[in-house]
Amino acid sequence: MNRNLYDLLGLVAAICFIMALKGLSSPKSARRGNIIGAIGATLGTVLVFWAPGSSHKHLSLILGAIAFGVLVGVPAARRIQMTQMPQLVALFNGVGGGAAALVSTVEYLKLGNGATTAEILATVFTVVVGCISFSGSIITFLKLQELMTTRPVVFPGGRFVIAATLAGVVGTAGWVINSGGTSPLLIMGGLSLAFGVLFVLPVGGADVPIVISLLNAFTGLTVAASGYVLQATLLIVAGTLVGASGTILTRLMAAAMGRSLFGTLFGAFTAKPQESSGAAEVRPVKSGSADDVAILLNYAQRVVIVPGFGLAVAQAQHTVRELADLLSGKGIDVAYGIHPVAGRMPGHMNVLLAEAKVPYDIVMEMDEINADFPNTDAVLVVGANDIVNPSAQDDPNSPIAGMPVLEVWKAKTVVVFKRSMATGYAGVDNPLFFKENTRMLFGDAKKSVDDILAHIPA
Amino acid sequence: MSNGLALLSIFVLSVFVGFEVVAKVSTTLHTPLMSGANAIHGIILVGAIAVANNATSNLQLILSILAVVLATINMVGGFVVTDRMLEMFKGKKKEVK
Repeated sequence: MNRNLYDLLGLVAAICFIMALKGLSSPKSARRGNIIGAIGATLGTVLVFWAPGSSHKHLSLILGAIAFGVLVGVPAARRIQMTQMPQLVALFNGVGGGAAALVSTVEYLKLGNGATTAEILATVFTVVVGCISFSGSIITFLKLQELMTTRPVVFPGGRFVIAATLAGVVGTAGWVINSGGTSPLLIMGGLSLAFGVLFVLPVGGADVPIVISLLNAFTGLTVAASGYVLQATLLIVAGTLVGASGTILTRLMAAAMGRSLFGTLFGAFTAKPQESSGAAEVRPVKSGSADDVAILLNYAQRVVIVPGFGLAVAQAQHTVRELADLLSGKGIDVAYGIHPVAGRMPGHMNVLLAEAKVPYDIVMEMDEINADFPNTDAVLVVGANDIVNPSAQDDPNSPIAGMPVLEVWKAKTVVVFKRSMATGYAGVDNPLFFKENTRMLFGDAKKSVDDILAHIPA
Repeated sequence: MSNGLALLSIFVLSVFVGFEVVAKVSTTLHTPLMSGANAIHGIILVGAIAVANNATSNLQLILSILAVVLATINMVGGFVVTDRMLEMFKGKKKEVK
């Protein structure tokens, strides 16, 4: 293909990516934006087969590899439960980072001694950050899938091991830049993989989404850097777009959780061992019955439902919607209060409620609903814990201190649906359960809501 | 302008575009946006295909074919899962009474 035409079509693909990100930032245009992005990616991929001066020696092998990737990726994306989606995104991000590291390695091997300093620098960056992104994402996947502990993993001397690994990465990077060669590059890659693991291990469960977002931005930058090595403008534009927008997104997420980015990433080093405040004392809680709650709701004027990840785990979102429909049919004002980080990722709960076909206009964001709680008769907290924990405001020593929370305790009555008295994802006690106006309803959330439905007179 | 400098200019301008396009995103869309951006960096597939096309040794070929597989999973899987999420968001709009 003619070089100019090739570059021009590449520019079209790059524009598609800009339009995609633009579309994805508003609900109305989001789906169209994603499709435009997919068109741009397809165009770019088809185009590269006609790149000027490329041979087609390995064409069938490449097409086979693409087919295999599609066969793995599409069913995974289609079959995944919406509750498990954050870990799938982490996994997709990790393999992308791994791919970028491999691409740069191959190009480096090919260039041999002919590589310029700038190309070597870009290669070093891609291999280091791509490997960190790959192994780090695998650890976030294992944490979210609960294949390993979700608590911060800190071991004695951990910070020295991490510092030593980082020093090793920097040292071998200098070695690669100075003398070149294959073995230094491989050693550097290995150390970077180890650093990725060590870097994510001390991050606590609730902060993992921020790390996924950050690693996503990292992978974007590695793609841009490998674009520099390959002299491919499209890779530079697409990778940089993701790197820049991912950085913004990471900061927005950290702000929504009341966290500084630095505190999230290095919190495990600076935090004191958690004091289990009041864990030993057994405080009384008031437990209610489905019957009581049904009566309470029947006479309420305003009811707010606060869903958490437990709602989705119990698959209770459809039953909860039935209850909400029944109540609003009786003229009761029903709304949902969504914490920005309800679920496993910012906006995850909105996706889960959308799946249950909950109407958009009664789903309120935290700032809108917090002013409303004093005028609310009953709040139903379904499978949520940390996001309704008053110690975030009251107890400066709490690990979640400063995180914005839903002030449900200001309502007349709070009903908490919970499996047991266990702590939430952040592993913190919740004083809400012991408040005067709180009723606990123990058991499976879906069954409890079913019971309430049965007790409400039609 | 040298080629390297031209590429650097493209990089710097893209940083500003990237900051600008997502500046006003609402929390509702954080998850789909992250997932969509994730799919976009799957474009490393283009790089993987390019290096595989011109591989000069078996080691290069094996590594680049592996990269093609990983990048395809990233790109195709990413767009499909993002579409699944956004499809439901659209349904929600229709449900509004």
